[in-house]
Amino acid sequence: MSQPILTIKNLTKKYGENVVFHDINLSVNEGDTIVIIGPSGTGKSTLLRCINLLTRSDAGEIWLDDKEITCKECDEDKVRQHIGMVFQNFLLFNHLTALENVRLGLTRVKHMNPADAQLKAMQELERVGLQDRAGHYPGQLSGGQQQRVAIARALAMDPRVMLFDEPTSALDPELIGEVLEVMRKLALEGMTMLVVTHEMGFAREVADRIVFLEKGSIVEEGSPNDLFYHPKNERTREFLWKITELYGKKDTEQGNG
Amino acid sequence: MVSWFNIFREYLPSFLQGAAVTLELTAVGLLIGFVLGLGLAVARTYGPKWLRVIAIGYLELFRGTPLLVQLFLIYYGLPSLGLTLSQTLSAYLALGLNSAAYQAEYFRGAIQSIGESQMTAGRAIGLSRWKTIWYVILPQALRLVIPAWSNEPISLLKTTAVVFLIAVQDLMAKAKRAATDTYDPISSYLAVAVVYLVMVFILNEVLKYLERKSRIPGFEMESKKT
Repeated sequence: MSQPILTIKNLTKKYGENVVFHDINLSVNEGDTIVIIGPSGTGKSTLLRCINLLTRSDAGEIWLDDKEITCKECDEDKVRQHIGMVFQNFLLFNHLTALENVRLGLTRVKHMNPADAQLKAMQELERVGLQDRAGHYPGQLSGGQQQRVAIARALAMDPRVMLFDEPTSALDPELIGEVLEVMRKLALEGMTMLVVTHEMGFAREVADRIVFLEKGSIVEEGSPNDLFYHPKNERTREFLWKITELYGKKDTEQGNG
Repeated sequence: MVSWFNIFREYLPSFLQGAAVTLELTAVGLLIGFVLGLGLAVARTYGPKWLRVIAIGYLELFRGTPLLVQLFLIYYGLPSLGLTLSQTLSAYLALGLNSAAYQAEYFRGAIQSIGESQMTAGRAIGLSRWKTIWYVILPQALRLVIPAWSNEPISLLKTTAVVFLIAVQDLMAKAKRAATDTYDPISSYLAVAVVYLVMVFILNEVLKYLERKSRIPGFEMESKKT
């Protein structure tokens, strides 16, 4: 059994009376890819934002490598260096080129010297296959390319864990593949990843574990095989059936074959 | 028509001297206003409550009273508090403090149009709040603000004309001098109006150049989306 890299204990988030999620427990082993699925508004994105401390949780603890990161005196800027995050809308820095986007964290957070940072940023762009777009501004890149730059930007910080918040939801269908391909490669390289997505093909193929979240709690979790073919919960079965119908029918057929 | 041109020719050296002072006043006022205005805009948007209150108070005060009153209070009023400033210094200060209030509002508008998402993106890679403001928000805001902000240098250049009232020898003071000397105020002011017009025209070209230079491909479009 490998050591958990990320442990979430009884995590709760409320907005006033409105409970976003309640008593979430989750433990992620090094190198695992966890896919979180569930209907809209069940707190999937908020959960990721809480892990990255972009949103403060109300109760419970998050541990990263034997260290609690949710304590009051924890330095959130330090924590975030170790947790990469990729957003639905890419959120590249619009005034910087692809290369500068990746380099900014290296020079301004990690205080790397300019030459090393330049080299490292270029390597990260190569990793997502965009070395030839280094000098392009976000406005000159396609959505898929922007998202790959965003992934490179997060990877450049050498994070322990990568969080993906619906990374392909804002993309045109023909651009989804290139982003999923990069993520698949990362998973194979052993990156620890938490992915919120509706891409069931990706979930089935890449996930070590799928977590089904609904109405703020984990309904069921297990291997893709368990959830797709032997769901214990009626709601899981229903949701997967619906979502597969919508997004990945072809994948299911191939998966069955 | 001939008489204004004669005055223009005769007083050109004097007008040019005055114009230099006017440009100096504009530049210094603009610079003080830029630095202070940017500070005020950031304080008002990102500062703690007490700082926001101070910033808003400042804006209300300096936008709510005439520049001339501010100028007189600085030049004639401050000495009674034991602080005597020269005419030129008083003019710099009044123009700068006043311009800051207006520039702050331009900057605030641009900062707010960048939106919270860029802040999130900066924080997510481990940049602190202030570093995100400095390296991410402001470089974008300062580009977006240029078209609207371009009003300020032009407006300020003409506003400087009030300082002749505390005897600063700017272009307006030279006009008054010419008017008294020649007994032909209309021609004198007409001649000086031409000098102002030329200065504004040149300034406008400089600003347009600045806007072109700072343009980033796809940026305007992109920032509208988010």
